[in-house]
Amino acid sequence: MSMANAVPSPATAVPDPAHIAIAGVSKTFRSRTGEVHALKDIHLDIRRGEFVSVLGPSGCGKSTLMMLVSGLVPASRGTITVGDKTIDRPNADVGIVFQQDVLLGWRSALQNVMMQAEIRKTDLEAARERARQLLKMVSLEGFEDAYPKELSGGMRQRVSICRALLHKPPLLLMDEPFGALDAMTRDQLQLDLMRLCADNEMTVFFITHSITEAVFLSDRVVVMSPRPGRIERILEIDLPRPRRLAMREDTKFTHYTRELTDIFRGLGVLREEEV
Amino acid sequence: MAAITEAGADARPKSPLRFLSAVSPAIWTLIALVIFWEIAVRVTKTPVFILPAPSRIAEVFAATWPRLMINAGLTLSEVLIGFSCAVAIGVPLAVLITYSRLAERCVYPLIVASQTIPKVAIAPLMLAWFGYGLTPKVVIVILLSFFPIVINAVVGLKSSTAEMLYLAQSMGASGWQTFWKFRLPQALPNIFAGLKLATVLSVIGAVVAEFIGADQGLGYLIVVAGASFDIARQFAAIIMISAIGMVFFAVIELAERIVVPWRDTNTIHAEA
Ligand SMILES: Nc1ncnc2c1ncn2[C@@H]1O[C@H](COP(=O)(O)OP(=O)(O)OP(=O)(O)O)[C@@H](O)[C@H]1O
Ligand SMILES: [Mg+2]
Repeated sequence: MSMANAVPSPATAVPDPAHIAIAGVSKTFRSRTGEVHALKDIHLDIRRGEFVSVLGPSGCGKSTLMMLVSGLVPASRGTITVGDKTIDRPNADVGIVFQQDVLLGWRSALQNVMMQAEIRKTDLEAARERARQLLKMVSLEGFEDAYPKELSGGMRQRVSICRALLHKPPLLLMDEPFGALDAMTRDQLQLDLMRLCADNEMTVFFITHSITEAVFLSDRVVVMSPRPGRIERILEIDLPRPRRLAMREDTKFTHYTRELTDIFRGLGVLREEEV
Repeated sequence: MAAITEAGADARPKSPLRFLSAVSPAIWTLIALVIFWEIAVRVTKTPVFILPAPSRIAEVFAATWPRLMINAGLTLSEVLIGFSCAVAIGVPLAVLITYSRLAERCVYPLIVASQTIPKVAIAPLMLAWFGYGLTPKVVIVILLSFFPIVINAVVGLKSSTAEMLYLAQSMGASGWQTFWKFRLPQALPNIFAGLKLATVLSVIGAVVAEFIGADQGLGYLIVVAGASFDIARQFAAIIMISAIGMVFFAVIELAERIVVPWRDTNTIHAEA
C-alpha cells in the first residue's frame, strides 16, 4: 500500500532544506495487553516557518508523533532531525503545549509561565514583563496570581500556552491547545497565534480535532488515520496571509473543509456528523 | 450579608493562623469534658488513688511545676534531637530511593519489613547497647519516627507525573533543577504528612524509652508516681507529655501552612 509519502516541499524561490525531517518513523508501545502500533512508517518534512496541522480521529497517534518530534519519547524506528540536530534526546529548543495543561499546582499563573525563564536562566525581569503581556493577550489579565486550582480548564490551558511561548521558541508544538475553549476565545487565540508566528518566524506543529481550525491556521494539513497510525493525506492550504475570520466563509475555504470532511467520511471516521 | 461574611472568611484561608479558629470548637468540647469529670468525681466521691478530680491534678501540677518543667525539658530535647536526626537521615534516604533503582530494591523492602518489628520490644536492647544516657532515647525516637518520614517522602517524590517531567525536560532542566523546582515542591504535602505522623511517634518513643530505663524525664516521673499509686502526679506528667506533643504538632502544622500554602484543598473562587 502506498503510504502518503513525504510530499516534497513545493519549489520555493530559495530552496530551503526541510526544517523538520521525519523519515520512516514508527512507534510501537509494548504493554501487558500486547503491542500497540501507534505510528507506522511516517514520512513528513516541515519547512522553517511553516504551520502544519495534524488532523485525525482519537487514538491515531497525533500526540505520539508530537512527543517523538520533541525528543521526549524515542522512536522505535526511523530518524527525526530538526535543523541540523538529530533528535535522539529531549530537544529544549521548543515550546510545548501538552494535551493536558500540566500546570504546577504550587505556582501561580504568572509563576507557571515564569518557570520557562527560571529553568533557562534568562533575564527574569524581561521575562516577567513578557509573561504579563502574554497572559494579557490570552485574556488572563488579573489572574496572574491565581493558582491553577482557582482557574477553569480553559484558563489553565491558556496559561500553558503562554508558558510555551515565553522564550520565543523557534519550534512550537501544540497538542489540541484550543480544545477546552469557547468559540470566541478560540477565534481570538487563533488570530493571535498566527500573528505571533509571523512575527517570530516560528515553525508550528499543531494538533487539532477541528477541520475548520486546521484549514484556517495551516499551510498544510496532515490527515492521519488510526491502527496503525499513518499519514493518509497531506493537503496544501493555499489561502493568503494574514488570514481573516471572514475567510472562513469563502468558497475556497469551504472547498478545503469539504475535501477534508470527505477524506474522513472515506475513512469511515465520519458517519454523517457535522464537525 | 451572610454572603459577604462568607466571602470575607473565604479570603482569609491563606493565613497560617486560621487553624487556631478551626480547633476552637474542640477546645470547648474539652473544657466541657473536664467540667463533667470534676462534677462526676465529686458527686461519686471517687477516692484520689483511683481518679483524682481535675482540680486536684491542677494543684499537684502547680506544686510540682519546677520539677515537671526540668523533666519535660529533658524529654523534649530527646524528642527534638531524635526527630531532627530522623529527618536528616529519612529525607535524603527517600531521595536516594527515588532516584536509584538499586537503592529502592535493596533498601526499601527492608525498611518496610522492619516495621513489623515492634520498636518497644527492642528498646531494652538499645539500653544494653547505649547505656542510660540520652543516646538510647534518641535512638528509639529515631527508630519510631524515621519510617513515616521516609515512606511519605518517597511517595511524594514519586508522585511527579510523567507529563511534569516531560515539561521539565522540554525546558532543558538539569537533574538538579528538576529536583528542586519540580519533584520537591510536588512532594512537600506528602513530606509534611510524614513529619506530622513522626512528631506523634517521636514523643511516644521518648516516653517509652524513659519507661524502660531512665532516672529523669517525664516517662520516668510516670513510672515513679505509678510505683507509689500517685495518680494525680501521673496525670500531671501525662498532661505535660500531651502538651509537648500538641505544641510540636502545631509547630509542624504551622510550618506546613507557610511552606505549602497551596495545599489547602478548599476551592477558593476568585471574585468576579
Ligand atoms: N505510553 C503509552 N503506552 C502504551 N500505549 C500508548 C501510550 N501512548 C499512546 N499509546 C497508544 O498509542 C495510540 C496513539 O495514542 P495518541 O495519544 O498518540 O493518540 P492521539 O491521536 O493523540 O489521540 P487523541 O486525539 O485522543 O489525543 C493509542 O492507541 C494509545 O493507546
Ligand atoms: Mg492526543
